[in-house]
Amino acid sequence: MSLLAQEVPAADQIGNPVLNITVFAAFVLVTLVVVLRVGRTNRTASDYYAAGRSFTGPQNGVAIAGDYLSAASFLGIAGAIAVTGYDGFLYSIGFLVAWLVALLLVAELLRNTGRFTMGDVLSFRMRQRPVRAAAATSTLVVSFFYLLAQMAGAGALIALLLQIPNSDTLGQGIVIAVVGVLMIVYVLVGGMKGTTWVQIIKAGLLLVGAATLTTWVLGRYAFDLSALLGDAVEANPSMQTSSGAVKELGERLLIPGLKYGASDLAKIDFLSLGLALVLGTAGLPHILMRFYTVPNAKEARRSVVWAIWLIGIFYLFSLVLGYGAAALVPGGAQRISTAPGGTNSAAPLLAYQLGGEVLLGIISAIAFATILAVVAGLTITASASFAHDVYANVLKRGAVAPDAEVRVARRTALLVGVVAVGAGILARNQNVAFLVALAFAVAASANLPTILYSLFWKRFSTTGALCSIYGGLGISVALIVLSPAVSGSPTAMVPSLDFAVFPLANPGLVSIPASFLLGFLGTLLGRKDEHAAARHAEMEVRALTGAGSEKAAAPETTPLPRVMV
Amino acid sequence: MQATPEFAELRSRLRRFVFPMSAAFMLWYLAYVLLASYAPEFMGIPVLGNINVGIVVGLLQFVTTFAITGLYVRYADAQLDPVAESIRTRMEGS
Repeated sequence: MSLLAQEVPAADQIGNPVLNITVFAAFVLVTLVVVLRVGRTNRTASDYYAAGRSFTGPQNGVAIAGDYLSAASFLGIAGAIAVTGYDGFLYSIGFLVAWLVALLLVAELLRNTGRFTMGDVLSFRMRQRPVRAAAATSTLVVSFFYLLAQMAGAGALIALLLQIPNSDTLGQGIVIAVVGVLMIVYVLVGGMKGTTWVQIIKAGLLLVGAATLTTWVLGRYAFDLSALLGDAVEANPSMQTSSGAVKELGERLLIPGLKYGASDLAKIDFLSLGLALVLGTAGLPHILMRFYTVPNAKEARRSVVWAIWLIGIFYLFSLVLGYGAAALVPGGAQRISTAPGGTNSAAPLLAYQLGGEVLLGIISAIAFATILAVVAGLTITASASFAHDVYANVLKRGAVAPDAEVRVARRTALLVGVVAVGAGILARNQNVAFLVALAFAVAASANLPTILYSLFWKRFSTTGALCSIYGGLGISVALIVLSPAVSGSPTAMVPSLDFAVFPLANPGLVSIPASFLLGFLGTLLGRKDEHAAARHAEMEVRALTGAGSEKAAAPETTPLPRVMV
Repeated sequence: MQATPEFAELRSRLRRFVFPMSAAFMLWYLAYVLLASYAPEFMGIPVLGNINVGIVVGLLQFVTTFAITGLYVRYADAQLDPVAESIRTRMEGS
């Protein structure tokens, strides 16, 4: 079996780079036209940050799916299922169930209490400057981790599709820079409205592409899932890992434990990951910000419902794609894990196997568009948080003209783009799903406890919020740095050093409860906020009824009746 | 407004639904994760051909997620929106 790797040519070149670039260029052209058209109506801060609150629930729901179904979902999960079987499927379930937290506890209340950012919600009844600074800090950190993951995905795709090997840092760097420039253009020209349309177009393409591949794979097995699974088992009796050991696959592809079940520690690590996935979604800043693009709480609810259906269906597709890649790609899991781009190459390799160069070109372009759109969404969130929370409210204490604020947001977007390109070049060979899981752990630790306390706990105070944000953020980042993911193992980011004193790759199991506890203790021990009771009463009424919340700023595109204020 | 019985009713209706439901889906999800980690043999029991308990339970997570979404939308439309609407128009209309 160890010969398998050598049977495939070392470079494993497939597809036609010219065709791949052409299909991708067509997507860029179409989206640029759309962004230019809608970008002309960007005037106020509300336009730039929240698209004038003019999107309907279903539109925003598709855009949320676009924002959420990142490269990690499309490439990472399919790849994880192809190589580690059932354990890859576990990722997708966590990603989906997480939406219930957003639907039941967060989306509507958040829409009613905030304007543009998470900092708005927290500062409603707390001391503005410290909580905004804290919220912006955690937003920027989470966005950075997520950006890193997307850019790593871009590197993997480039390696596979444009046949630029990982060793060619300059070549990959140029392509990543092109991605960065395009995304900056989307954000600067289109603002939130343009970015949202890019998400909608991309989500449509992604769902259609995944549906096509899924139907194609299932068609090969006369729509018998059991036969597909059987073939995946038969085609992959074992594989050789990067360290040279031979791992038994076969039947084990269909049961949990291939990746996580080896030891007691690995089981606890998996629990930790599961917790981070399910609690992270409702704390992701770029997802939270999407709730502000709709005119009211009911539309926010409708958007989450649409998002849940689309995301759920997509993950069902990815189950078929993952096992399909294991069964149909010649060389199976072994070839996928050693191909350029590693496990992320499963879906593109499957597309090539089924439909040749043309289908590969289309699927790759969709994957590329996915990265581009998600990165644009992250950039606008990071820039909004900096300009609105840090610049306008912390540094200038609220005394700033809205257009000056938007100007700062645009400059920040430029800076974020440059940082993303740099980080992307450094993080090229990491598994994207894993990097995203880290972003989820930070979001679940720093943001979610604070948001939930702030919406549901009357006594919660500024001190409590600062404890839960900085505490959750500090603990989760520190544990990641000290984890085997960063050092001390052959697959770590810095394999040559070993300072991994924390045994789990994912910090969620420790950092999430710690953040809840810190928020609780900080509130009990810290001093009370002034006028806390009155501000809480006002916030609660607004959160539940929407009375006094920000309305749609562009009534001409919103067919909904406006309430007289 | 926060002190009125109408608002108290709205708050308690919201909490009566979302808190138990959140606890239920979290427990069901954690049970699933624990089963996957500590009972892989159970998850490997074949149900239909190559489809085993693990795949079925995993797909059930999808089914319950969709079902809870549907239930909440029905509940919110019937029990929450009318009350919220009436409070809002009263506050903003005057």
